[in-house]
Amino acid sequence: MDRIKNIKQMSNKIFSRLNNNMIFALSLFVIIIFPIIFDNSYILHILILLGVYVVLGTSLNVVAGVMGELDLGHAAFFGIGAYISSLFVMNVFDNFWIGMILAGFISLIFGLLLGIPSLRIRGDYLAIVTLGFNEIIRYVLLNMQSVTNGPMGIKGIPSPTIFGYVLNTKQQMFYLIWVLVIIIVVVMNRMTNSRFGRTLVAIREDQIAATSLGINTGKYEIWAFAITAAFAGIAGSFFAHYMNFINPNNFTTNESILILCMITVGGRGSMIGSFIGVTILFLLPELLRPIADYRMLIYGIMLVVMMVFKPRGFWPEKRIPSRITKSAESKEAS
Amino acid sequence: MIVQQLVNGLTIGSIYAMVALGYTLAYGILGLINFAHGDVYMVGAFVAYFCITVLDLNVIVSFIISLVISGILGALIEFTAFRSIRTGSRSSQLISAIGVSIILQNAVMLTMGSDTKPFPKVMNTSVYEFTNITISSTQILIMIVALIFMIMLYFLIYKTRVGISMRSTAQDAAMSSLMGINVNKVISITFSIGAVFGAAAGILVGIYYNSIVFNMGSSMGLKAFVAAVLGGIGNIPGTMLGGIVLGLAESLGATLISAKYKDAFSFIILIFVLLFKPTGLFGKKEIEKV
Repeated sequence: MDRIKNIKQMSNKIFSRLNNNMIFALSLFVIIIFPIIFDNSYILHILILLGVYVVLGTSLNVVAGVMGELDLGHAAFFGIGAYISSLFVMNVFDNFWIGMILAGFISLIFGLLLGIPSLRIRGDYLAIVTLGFNEIIRYVLLNMQSVTNGPMGIKGIPSPTIFGYVLNTKQQMFYLIWVLVIIIVVVMNRMTNSRFGRTLVAIREDQIAATSLGINTGKYEIWAFAITAAFAGIAGSFFAHYMNFINPNNFTTNESILILCMITVGGRGSMIGSFIGVTILFLLPELLRPIADYRMLIYGIMLVVMMVFKPRGFWPEKRIPSRITKSAESKEAS
Repeated sequence: MIVQQLVNGLTIGSIYAMVALGYTLAYGILGLINFAHGDVYMVGAFVAYFCITVLDLNVIVSFIISLVISGILGALIEFTAFRSIRTGSRSSQLISAIGVSIILQNAVMLTMGSDTKPFPKVMNTSVYEFTNITISSTQILIMIVALIFMIMLYFLIYKTRVGISMRSTAQDAAMSSLMGINVNKVISITFSIGAVFGAAAGILVGIYYNSIVFNMGSSMGLKAFVAAVLGGIGNIPGTMLGGIVLGLAESLGATLISAKYKDAFSFIILIFVLLFKPTGLFGKKEIEKV
């Protein structure tokens, strides 16, 4: 009996690995071929922004999905990255790549800072701290006129360059962001399946039990925030150099909430879920454009309907054995 | 100058407190952050506006109609968006609430237009001057209405049957239903009461600032929520105090430190309070058990 089970498990494993590789190859193929077939600047623009949101969604997934803390301050890091990178490139040294790395690094530091409250505060209260952080960053961006140009935003941010060659067409930017997406998704995927990711799951499921097993939960929580923030900063950097214009209204709390909505609709904790959720909620308003005025109304109705009928999302995380999820659910319900 | 700011802070603080009570009631009974509450506040103001300008009704009648409609709206929101996922995860409830918020904002925008509306003048504003402070009659009205509402809520929660069943549901919903309490009904009533408070605050703000707009609920909702957390969400007297503390801190901070960062103060205060008292100023300590 055990042997049959083992074989079944092994074949499942092989099949899923093959499946993943196939999905990977297929998506690579689609990404390469797509801009050549559909050379339409509107479609490419939407898909480039979709790429930015995929990076944001999958990075938020580390804190909000894998570690299970509500994080309502993701857009703050997106904004920090965008501003740091564009200010650096425009005022200090004209190199997009250094700007992007710097954006990631500064966001990482802010993420460490935001992680510190998580040592003492948990659950809904932590969610509000992140939300407050987002608002504070927005007010700083709005009011530090001399540096950020306030509500007018920053204009004329240079496009990215590779060895002096300027990337400014939609096709080139499409390739750039989707290469970034692939790198980040692979990194995230490896990370969430590593010791680090499994530790975060342990913290989510039961922090006290995790502590009792010798895990320094505080350290892991802070690093989860930092990594999430760093990738959001990189996305912000790309966004700034793609749009060539940013202002504080791109980085509001609503934006953070929207990103959280995306990964929740997809299924928190799972990489594919995040991807699906981002795609659905990002493309939905665009698809609803023909009905113009009513599209946000429909969008709201869809959000409620999706949550009422699929509260765990379209593609919930499958890693945890059902035994554990069941007991966790009954605990939550009580 | 500072005394003057205290008066202004108290006025806006009592409005924060009224909206914050809606959050606290929903949180206390379901453990749910009702992010649609800020928009119920907006709908309340718009219903009153509609009654006064289009239907040409008396102010007090409009006020009452608005409260009734908002109360029904509150129960309706609970029924459609939250009832089936009551035991679900926090984030799915949050998103459902955000969906409702988007629906309400867009419904109002589509029916009433997206421009800022001048709220009709409902009373003659007279200004009372003392040695170094001025108080307008609208400020007095706001404080009095807020006080009356809070006293009413206090009696409702602590002295009536409904209040007892609300408190027992908040403590343990399953046990209360065994004791013969209709939990669903109690939760609906709680949401209605919260919505009524929000709507009343919305109308008062309309009278105070003379203007309403379809997205006025977002920022107020956020501030009021901060107020609720500051005082200890789920704790009714704490929330009332939290609102007033927030209003005072904001107006004092604006004059003493910098007016540009007025709105950021509330969040800075919030983060510092939570760092030292993780469950708010007056929240009860939560002990985590394995």
